[in-house]
Amino acid sequence: MFAYIVRRVLYAVPILIGVNLLTFVLFFVVNTPDNMARVNLGVKHVTPAAIEKWKVEHGYDKPLLYNSLEQGSAALTNTIFYEKSVRLFVFDFGAADDGRDIGHDIAQRMWPSLAIALPMFIVGLLVNITLSMLLAFFRGSYIDMSGVVLGVIFMSVSTLFYIIGGQYLMGKLWHLVPISGYSNEWPAAIKFLILPVIIGVIGGIGSGTRWYRTIFLEEISKDYVRTARAKGLSELRVLFRHVLKNAMVPILTGVVVVIPMLFMGSLLTESFFGIPGLGSYTIDAILAQDFSIVKAMVFLGSVLYIIGLILTDISYTLVDPRIRLN
Amino acid sequence: MDISADFNWWQIEPAMLWTDVLIYILVAAIGIFVVYARRHEHLRAPWRQVLYRRLAMSALIILMAFVVIGLLDSIHFKVPLEQREDGSVLYSTEVYSLFDRIVLPLKNHTEKTYSEPFAYQLYAKENIEQADGSMRRDFPRLKYGSAHLDAPEIQRGVDIQARSLVALGEAVLLGLLITTLLAGWQTRRNNERFTITLQGMLMGRTRLPWRSMLATVFFILLFLLFAMELGTHYHIFGTDKVGQDVLYLSLKSIRTGLVIGTLTTLVMLPFAVLLGIMAGYFRGWVDDVIQYLYTTLSSIPSVLLIAAAILVMQVYIENNPQQFATVLQRADARLLFLCLILGITSWTSLCRLLRGEALKLREADYIQASQAFGVRSAKIITRHLLPNVMHIVLIVIVLDFSGLVLAEAVLAYVGVGVDPSMNSWGNMINSARLEMAREPIVWWSLLAAFVFMFILVLAANLFADAVRDAFDPRLRSS
Repeated sequence: MFAYIVRRVLYAVPILIGVNLLTFVLFFVVNTPDNMARVNLGVKHVTPAAIEKWKVEHGYDKPLLYNSLEQGSAALTNTIFYEKSVRLFVFDFGAADDGRDIGHDIAQRMWPSLAIALPMFIVGLLVNITLSMLLAFFRGSYIDMSGVVLGVIFMSVSTLFYIIGGQYLMGKLWHLVPISGYSNEWPAAIKFLILPVIIGVIGGIGSGTRWYRTIFLEEISKDYVRTARAKGLSELRVLFRHVLKNAMVPILTGVVVVIPMLFMGSLLTESFFGIPGLGSYTIDAILAQDFSIVKAMVFLGSVLYIIGLILTDISYTLVDPRIRLN
Repeated sequence: MDISADFNWWQIEPAMLWTDVLIYILVAAIGIFVVYARRHEHLRAPWRQVLYRRLAMSALIILMAFVVIGLLDSIHFKVPLEQREDGSVLYSTEVYSLFDRIVLPLKNHTEKTYSEPFAYQLYAKENIEQADGSMRRDFPRLKYGSAHLDAPEIQRGVDIQARSLVALGEAVLLGLLITTLLAGWQTRRNNERFTITLQGMLMGRTRLPWRSMLATVFFILLFLLFAMELGTHYHIFGTDKVGQDVLYLSLKSIRTGLVIGTLTTLVMLPFAVLLGIMAGYFRGWVDDVIQYLYTTLSSIPSVLLIAAAILVMQVYIENNPQQFATVLQRADARLLFLCLILGITSWTSLCRLLRGEALKLREADYIQASQAFGVRSAKIITRHLLPNVMHIVLIVIVLDFSGLVLAEAVLAYVGVGVDPSMNSWGNMINSARLEMAREPIVWWSLLAAFVFMFILVLAANLFADAVRDAFDPRLRSS
């Protein structure tokens, strides 16, 4: 098991190098640092001197990949690629275009992101599984059918409408919770978190319930369920004791698929609700065209994704003894 | 600048956009596929299953209505403005579509700023000069909305009712006409009595769900006639900040939604299919390379990759303005690029699925036999593997469509969606955020974008379900 994990982590290295190269190429294949400087300076202030100054200030005055002026290893290290990308591997994110330390920003903004993403994820999972178990229990009946139709309808509404509608109804019309904002004090933060969590859960019900319902129905059609029923176990007991347990592997697979999505979802939610997390940080960076931050976030996102994949594999062995990692 | 209603049709200059060309290719491809599928029983059978589903057919008709609007909006041309002395013609700099010409009143009836649905006054007070020269602060009358009424506050309700009734009457008449024609055609085909056919159709006893299809057509007709009767005299969905008719904006957004939903898959499909099959068929280092490629791509959070790519594109457009003559061309280039980058982020799942399927199929007897006979790999892939994984491709395409339409709206909000000058539901929702904060709030653009987007996505989801049920072998056997 330990050897397996080590090997998986080593596999991650070429992937992360690929991610880094890709973002780097993406940024510099059509645009030179001069173009970036021009966009950042705005139309009015573009002079050759200003461009040069901007490049020196932000560390874009070096060659892209190979520095022919330097000797030995410095020829590779004294380049934009090394300065801006390779250091990410030791989680040295460097400085943003406005001079702030990205690593410090990430460490600070991580907590609000987690405070909103974790409850959303857990509550969402519980609600979806409960609802889909209910549909599976009443399978083939009108309850099941209308549940499926409702699921499709819920799925067809854009997340943006859930957010805008929720903010309008609960925040502006009923004055139940503040429309947006965040607090670092613990009990006070809850009132800011309720609305985004509820909206996040409702927004995911449609596709979530549908997905789990299919898993449960597939599991129910297997032989061991028939055996369990034949033994005289009640339907509820069969569902919760046997089916739920055996459905854990596909459920876990689905959960990992959600982890990168969680990242994307929080991007929207955070900037709509003014929560100072990583999502709004990224959006601000995108709007300000800050390459260093975007790059750091891409790297971080990939690392999280790969960790998620490894964790799923490990969790498989915990829920299903038939699966052995080697 | 208003486009005038009377210009010489033979003088127009076609102005094709990149996405237009791709749309024509797509339509041609679908046409060829339909002809091909009609001749092959193994393809006809699952499609027949789709055709016999009531919900799926209603959804299909709604989708077709959207597609027709999208296609009309994809025929672009420049309008002749004047004939010069030397015989050459001066063309407008702005590009119009056939759809613009059809809904000309909607396009041209722009007010000064916001107005409510069916309003006769602007939404904001202004200084109005009285006949005696004094100034009064009040809501001014609209230039076009309710302009035909002398005393709108009294007449408007009656007028709307009367026009709605006319629209309803026309819809019923047209609906009856269509039903009769259809029943007549079916009567001749089936050699039955007309009344029996008609009865069967209306009672829902036919195999093809004619009743549901006719009902859907009726509602589309009703909306169309309602828009024609009332849309020319009122702003049904109100007007936006610069006074444009919101109904017009919502209809124009259809093309953007459809382009994003369809071209994205079209652009990346060849790569996904080819690489996926190759990885599974050849295995070894080919498999390793392709697997590495898609793992790397899929481990980047898609929004970030899209955002980074769009930023790059944005900078490129700003640095090379000479390549994009008009605003529309710029926006179109960005739209195409968005489709491309959305495709790059979404092809990985299909590729993975196809790899798995190809791994399984290559062990099948008929492929082993072909290999033993020395048939070339390229031929095995095109003759045996490709047709046998097509159902997966089809399922993934239809399932992805609605997701892509929804993604467009989210990306517009993040600031990396389609060009802000392009009509799209995402841009409408995005600007609606500021309108919601106004006091009193402006809700109608948001509602219109919601309604149109919801109908398209719901129809697409329902249709996709039916296609998946029909083509997924696992679901078919049970």
